[in-house]
Amino acid sequence: MLDTLIERIRAAHADNLPLILQGGGSKTFYGNADEGEVLATRALNGVVDYQPKELVLTARAGTPLAEIEALLGEQNQMLAFEPPHFGGPATLGGSIAAGLSGPRRPYAGAARDFVLGVRMIDGTGQPLRFGGQVIKNVAGYDVSRLMVGAMGTLGLITEVSLKVLPQPAAQATLQFELGEAAAIEKMNQWAGQPLPLSASSWHAGLLTVRLSGAPSAVHAAQSRLGGETLKEASAFWQRLRDQSTPFFDKRPSTLNQSLWRLSVKPTAPPLNLGDAQWIEWGGAVRWLVSDLPAATLREHAQRCGGHATLFRGKAPLDGAFAPLTPALLTLHRNLKQRFDPRGILNRGRLYPDF
Amino acid sequence: MLSPAFLSQLRNLLPSHSLLHEREDLVPFESDGLSAYRNIPDVVVLPENEAQVAAILQLCHAHRIAVVARGAGTGLAAGALPIDGAVLLVLAKLNQIRQIDPLARTAVVQPGVRNLAISEAAAEYNLYYAPDPSSQIACSIGGNVAENSGGVHCLKYGLTVHNILKLRAWTIDGQLLEIGSDALDSPGYDLLALMTGSEGMLAVITEVTVKLLPRPDRAQVVLAAFDDIAKAGAAVGNIIAAGVIPAGLEMMDRLAIQAAEAFVHAGYPLDCEALLLCEVDGVNEEVSDDIFTVREVLAAAGATEIRTADSEEQRLRFWAGRKAAFPAVGRLAPDYYCMDGTIPRAQLPHVLKRISEMSAEYGLAVANVFHAGDGNLHPLILFDANTPGELHKAEDFGGKILELCVEVGGTITGEHGVGLEKINQMCTQFSTPELMRFHDVKAAFDPDTLLNPGKAIPELHRCAEWGAMHIKGGQLPHPELPRF
Repeated sequence: MLDTLIERIRAAHADNLPLILQGGGSKTFYGNADEGEVLATRALNGVVDYQPKELVLTARAGTPLAEIEALLGEQNQMLAFEPPHFGGPATLGGSIAAGLSGPRRPYAGAARDFVLGVRMIDGTGQPLRFGGQVIKNVAGYDVSRLMVGAMGTLGLITEVSLKVLPQPAAQATLQFELGEAAAIEKMNQWAGQPLPLSASSWHAGLLTVRLSGAPSAVHAAQSRLGGETLKEASAFWQRLRDQSTPFFDKRPSTLNQSLWRLSVKPTAPPLNLGDAQWIEWGGAVRWLVSDLPAATLREHAQRCGGHATLFRGKAPLDGAFAPLTPALLTLHRNLKQRFDPRGILNRGRLYPDF
Repeated sequence: MLSPAFLSQLRNLLPSHSLLHEREDLVPFESDGLSAYRNIPDVVVLPENEAQVAAILQLCHAHRIAVVARGAGTGLAAGALPIDGAVLLVLAKLNQIRQIDPLARTAVVQPGVRNLAISEAAAEYNLYYAPDPSSQIACSIGGNVAENSGGVHCLKYGLTVHNILKLRAWTIDGQLLEIGSDALDSPGYDLLALMTGSEGMLAVITEVTVKLLPRPDRAQVVLAAFDDIAKAGAAVGNIIAAGVIPAGLEMMDRLAIQAAEAFVHAGYPLDCEALLLCEVDGVNEEVSDDIFTVREVLAAAGATEIRTADSEEQRLRFWAGRKAAFPAVGRLAPDYYCMDGTIPRAQLPHVLKRISEMSAEYGLAVANVFHAGDGNLHPLILFDANTPGELHKAEDFGGKILELCVEVGGTITGEHGVGLEKINQMCTQFSTPELMRFHDVKAAFDPDTLLNPGKAIPELHRCAEWGAMHIKGGQLPHPELPRF
């Protein structure tokens, strides 16, 4: 299978033929439209190695996340960045290439934080290996992390090694009726205290936080923070992770509205850009369903120390992702040119001009 | 040799006290923390602000003069070793903590700020900066980013790359890069990860925004002795399998234990082959639960003695031996050479056995100190530099240890970086196309190869020449390369 992929990419490089890299197809909505023939990775699957005592798992790119999570679950371990599945057969390779993380991200780390190494095929069809299967490794530039969130534009990821973590022994989810500004402040205050926080959300006047850890620690934090205990909590966080709640689902597309992801400094005050908002990640992500112009949203996000991404809906002319400064754009072009000189991999998916 | 014309232009950019050119002023900068490698720099500049850094880089770029960036000079891989005909750019005077935002839990600091100074400044908010390399009293954050420094708490709290948010950095042609953001992510490629650990080869950092964490309620440490190093290694895996992620998990072998005990009198048991220190931290109740679990696992793994520190004073005493391990080993011989490989933990007994065999072959003693939680091994090779040929022998032995680490699925450097020291072993760890991609990454930032040239990533001809001398099992490494 690997040889077939290498051959396909070599041929595409020779013929200057663009390819669309595709795993489970669960995130085709994300990023800009790309062009070319689909190169499917689903057949390149299977867990290559899993050492629970080393906290390291290595799997081929096409392995479904669900399969990996089930295997980890047997040893009471997990992918701590809680990658979204978006209700589809999300694969490991696609999750790493998109670099998306779920509710646990601000407290445990992002996808990129758990990547230890990758095997990949660059845009010339050259197989390469960076990083490894050990937790500490500073030999050479960190190309494996460079691949995370690159949306397949620098190479096809064929295998990933990840650090995994033990599942918490206990969890509890608490809810508080609270206004937006107060909720943002609370999330930040609590994150600065030794509390076993593992997720947070605010929507429609309700602050929801998840506690994870030893039963005694969760219990102590619960009695300290108060609030109402949410039943069916795991369904709540899973729906948020996979965006299967009505807020994310029922966008009236006729109204020209889109789902925007504003990634901001977690302490940024309320944005006041409309009521259709869901806050996550301790205040660091503000989801907006909005028909405001991209420029307005991007300017707001930038003023709050971050950036705005068109997540679902019609991408603006300058693309789904916030435009880069000229100096950074030059570096991006240079890297793309080196890893994929003919620009055949996911052309335009990340930025329209490469 | 730098031309008088260039030097005079360089002088015009800086106040006179920021440029060192007299031999006696230059000697202190001849090496970093790996003093076996020395080279007196041609000129040292110590800019006091960002504008001066940018101007120096622009001038060097215009004259095609190489630049070696240096922080506090505590690096252990000769990454900041001066290069002939280059400018040594010392960032130590950029040492201001610009801002601490307690609610957002961030600190904005200049590169010359010492690692420990960040935690000290954040202490009033009950926050701290997690990565704690053993040189944290002296090492500076700019160097930490350049080397992706670790410490004893990496398994739980990560390396530098996991604990920074944003950089201001300058390319060799004097362009400002703002990499990362105040949010948790940024659009485009993860250049923050690429810059971290890039050993001064891509851009020069003038400001770092770091993450601060809440100080844990409580930290407690358990000490366990074993009569067999393999049992101690198995205990480490079993602690993790029991669902505990220790804040620190350190192992020392017999020679290291004895040296440490003789030096600081930490009260370590001496009749054992291996000592484990396992620290757990976090919420008060969780620490109690974890200590209970850890003790049970250690007992089941066959520990001959288990002690739990029941006071802060005792906790610090348990750690004092480990933290003094390097200087303690330093008392056993005139010189020691510290290696930095990482291995999959399961390979520990095999690797230690091979090291001890090689130790006999080379006739050089080795003490092993091990960040057991994350597999990062620091063999300390004892030698006497005044005995002709012994330094060379120690280096050769060290290189063999690193190759062994690669052979068992590990890496040649866990936290010290490649620098000049391990540049040959890069040829063992990476194939030619991979090394070429590394050169490509550098070229994307620094097409004229002016920033710290010759470090971290070997030129391909170097691998060919070195490979010719290191044929393993009849296999010539990099057989595709021309040899001359």
